[in-house]
Amino acid sequence: MIKTDILIIGAGPTGLFAVFEAGLLKLKCHLIDALPQPGGQCSEIYPKKPIYDIPGFPEVLAGDLVDNLMEQIKPFQPTFTLGERAETIDKLEDGTFVVTTNKGTKHNAPVVAIAGGLGSFEPRKPLLENLAQYEDNGIAYMIKDPEIYRDKKVVIAGGGDSALDWSIFLTDVASEVTLVHRRNEFRGALDSVEKVQQLKNEGKINLITPAEIVGLHGEDKLESVTIKKSAAEVEHITLEVDNFIPLFGLSPKLGPIANWGLEIEKNAIKVDTFDYQTNVPGIYAIGDVNTYPGKLKLILCGFHEATLMCQSAYQRIFPDKKYVMKYTTVGGVSGFDGTKKEAPKAVIKAID
Amino acid sequence: MTDIKLKITDRDGVMHEIEAPTDMNMNLMEVVRSYELAPEGTIGICGGMAMCASCQCYVLSDHELPEKSDDEEAMLAEAFNVKENSRLGCQLHISEEMDGLEVELAPEEL
Repeated sequence: MIKTDILIIGAGPTGLFAVFEAGLLKLKCHLIDALPQPGGQCSEIYPKKPIYDIPGFPEVLAGDLVDNLMEQIKPFQPTFTLGERAETIDKLEDGTFVVTTNKGTKHNAPVVAIAGGLGSFEPRKPLLENLAQYEDNGIAYMIKDPEIYRDKKVVIAGGGDSALDWSIFLTDVASEVTLVHRRNEFRGALDSVEKVQQLKNEGKINLITPAEIVGLHGEDKLESVTIKKSAAEVEHITLEVDNFIPLFGLSPKLGPIANWGLEIEKNAIKVDTFDYQTNVPGIYAIGDVNTYPGKLKLILCGFHEATLMCQSAYQRIFPDKKYVMKYTTVGGVSGFDGTKKEAPKAVIKAID
Repeated sequence: MTDIKLKITDRDGVMHEIEAPTDMNMNLMEVVRSYELAPEGTIGICGGMAMCASCQCYVLSDHELPEKSDDEEAMLAEAFNVKENSRLGCQLHISEEMDGLEVELAPEEL
């Protein structure tokens, strides 16, 4: 069981900044995120896009903002459960919460802060009739262990970086790699596109474009797929395969949090703007995942919400302690790792 | 003229005749959201960067619309329920030329 002071669900910019504000109050944080890396949407959807409304940054790339936040919170030694989705929440007799992920990892904390943005990112699944039947029987939406494709016939669908990169990677593992995409153009890093072109010329990748997979066949497991070429007069292709990996990116879903007994309105969690607490005392919601009159889904608003949430969390954890807010310029930043940042002392020297 | 008229059919098949301003730097996805023609959280998920297809719509009238950008083409190539007349609402900037435009929102990807 992982124990912490504030359990933050969602490692996007709001969740990350909450670690800093909690750290100033000497509260420890642990973060859970369904994605394999911190940063949320900023890392997953638009790392190379500039943001212009972060106070003090005339322009900052979303990916750089995440790097900066990670650097800023480093002294407070946040810990992470990445690649797992928060699934259930239970309240213990002592008033603390236990949050369990889809992989069974348990976390215990007196305060839970949901900074879940638009929800957890789930793979986008193609609209094929008998898709569910072959899930884990030949169809997977993520590649966890490439070795299972050793000497297999694999077909990948998609036109982005992950489709390109995995096609390249699997040429050394699988016996046959086919890449199917609806267009001739790919949206990926230029050198990945060029590499696929080269592998295609060498006959190592069987590239079928513009085309899409329209049918799945097999007794108990996937045995073949039907590929429809976009040119109407061309006959459909039946391709024998062991594995089909659709890589159509990820889309966010509020997911299991919707069933935690929290008041939901417009796909977001209702909070009190006094401290961003939900209708369940001890559970807070900050950033894009919450809603209240006048809500704006902006990173800068998430930072503010995270700050006020931490104050309330402190009061909840230490009901008898009085806390006086200290400016970092005055009090400095004392990390849990023993580091101390503070303003240099003024030098006093007489002039003769 | 600062307002244009649009006919937008929502995902339940209900047609809404609405007015949209041309002088507020809005796109079609934002107009749909401002009239709440689709539930929050189901449209404009990426915020209007052509990086999701939650604002996909079908253009029903024969208006001449601006060409698709590479980003929009690429996204529509990966979206589901795509038809010949599919566009991403977030890439359609509201302009006077769009007066009378008729669109239908594509189904939500589940």
